[in-house]
Amino acid sequence: MSTSPLSANPASDGSRAQLIAFAIMAAVLLIAPIWVYPIFMMKVMCLALFACAFNLLIGFGGLLSFGHAMFLGSAGYVSAWCAKSLGLTPELSILAGTLAATLVAIVSGLLAIRRQGIYFAMITLALAQMIFFFCLQAPFTGGEDGIQAVPRGKLFGLIDLTSNTAMYGLVLVIFLGAFLLIWRIVHSPFGQVLKAVRENEARAISLGYDTDRYKLFAFILSGTLSGLAGATKALVFQLASLTDVHWTMSGEVVLMTLVGGLGTLFGPVVGAAVIISMQNYLAQFGAWVTVIQGVIFVICVLAFRRGIIGEIAHAIRKPL
Amino acid sequence: MEIFGIPIQALFGQLLIGLINGSFYALLSLGLAVIFGLLNIINFTHGAQYMLGAFCSYLLLNKLGIGYWWSLLITPIIVGASGMLIERLMLARLYKLDHLYGLLLTFGLALIIQGLFRNEFGSSGLPYRVPAELTGGQNLGFMFLPNYRGWVVVTSLVVCLVTWYVIERTKLGAYLRAATENPQLVQAFGINVPRMITLTYGFGVALAAFAGVMAAPIYQVNPLMGADLIIVVFAVVVIGGMGSIMGAIVTGFGLGIIEGLTKVFYPEASNTVIFIIMAIVLLVKPAGLFGTQK
Repeated sequence: MSTSPLSANPASDGSRAQLIAFAIMAAVLLIAPIWVYPIFMMKVMCLALFACAFNLLIGFGGLLSFGHAMFLGSAGYVSAWCAKSLGLTPELSILAGTLAATLVAIVSGLLAIRRQGIYFAMITLALAQMIFFFCLQAPFTGGEDGIQAVPRGKLFGLIDLTSNTAMYGLVLVIFLGAFLLIWRIVHSPFGQVLKAVRENEARAISLGYDTDRYKLFAFILSGTLSGLAGATKALVFQLASLTDVHWTMSGEVVLMTLVGGLGTLFGPVVGAAVIISMQNYLAQFGAWVTVIQGVIFVICVLAFRRGIIGEIAHAIRKPL
Repeated sequence: MEIFGIPIQALFGQLLIGLINGSFYALLSLGLAVIFGLLNIINFTHGAQYMLGAFCSYLLLNKLGIGYWWSLLITPIIVGASGMLIERLMLARLYKLDHLYGLLLTFGLALIIQGLFRNEFGSSGLPYRVPAELTGGQNLGFMFLPNYRGWVVVTSLVVCLVTWYVIERTKLGAYLRAATENPQLVQAFGINVPRMITLTYGFGVALAAFAGVMAAPIYQVNPLMGADLIIVVFAVVVIGGMGSIMGAIVTGFGLGIIEGLTKVFYPEASNTVIFIIMAIVLLVKPAGLFGTQK
């Protein structure tokens, strides 16, 4: 039996479209640093992974979390602290950060899945705000300054990551690996049950599924992968700061996913690229970025609910 | 005089601050609960509309010379009307969709409003003078009570109780409660439900603006004054459960007081205590203290 994620549905037409899209995405990411500033591309990949992880929960599980920054941020802090204060190698720091996010996800997930819909969103937002205050006050996070000058170190003690090329390779491998994992999860029996829970929870319960356990597991998976994104991002920028735990970040990941297309595989990646490019080009206008993001939110909700990739998928009638 | 090793002055001082914060929690969560009851939407713009109330009051004073007392009446009407416009033009298009879209739309609106005001007025606070009639204070023997603060606590309590009375004890409130339960049926009886929805949203927003006007002399008028507050209010709403009007009022004041006491006994936790209480309530009574799980 082949367990390769790519062979999830080899015969179906939809999967061929997705394969082509994946090949294009991988090729673009591979050659992009020739023209585009590599740090920028690494930021896009980290936040694209974050958005994909978020989308796993809302797009396939129907759970809107408004506090996903808590995973991104706390993983970033732990990973940066391990690399700087403990002097761990980058792979161990990233692992530690990711596990920290898993822990946060288990605890917050157990609380949040006790309510549904709008309440779920409010609870995750409130829990994330609690984590924010914790990060603001905890002794090891450096308060308003964050953890600065984090050493990237040597991968497995061999490859020096101070060169942007090596770092780019690592981020690319992490991003594509996590993306394939999410792809696999979505098409797995687990992913199918998750969709059933999203569509009709009462019915899934009557069919004998313990829906709470499925939701909790999806929440933990999503939190863990968000943590992976945050831990990697902290090493790329050599910085862990309050920005990544703040509620504005939770809002931004919702926006990225919405712009790209809720419930599509590739939407969050495109959405992240669009939003981050926009922030980059508009950075000089200060608070106008917030206004424009708000306007995009409103437009997306009122008139563009499928998102960019969602519209394309609708036009070619194949899932992307 | 000391209680548990804490000077009694400090204790009552923090208790008063807690009561003031509680007044705003109560007013804001009340507005959220009223809106949620009929529209099934969590109004993320609520914090921004509270801020709009404070700014509207500030601008009325500094551009038109209209003072606090008139502002207390005019501001909720202006901001409430702007809310009704939002409901008619935008929210009304979303009622047939998943309720989460309402949350996303109002979040976007909050970003727009807060961003625009930050561009115009910067991030630092603008002062608003306490009205002349309410300057000074009373010496209660065990503490000094500034008149304005006493006024805020009493007024919000009165406004909350009047709102409760109107919704729970009058015919208008009966229509509202009926429409919350079953809008189709109420419409079939010849009541204009869409108009009722618009007015309800306007009323909820007006409550937020009213809170903003009262907050202006206490906290400085700041574009982001509602941004963090609204998250705390969400936690308050989760704790109280949105099913009951009285529940929203009681939890609002209660949590304000608890927060104030935490500042005295364990200041490090004063930012997080409400979220911790929320977590405990979720474990013990997921529907909230006064809520009923649907």
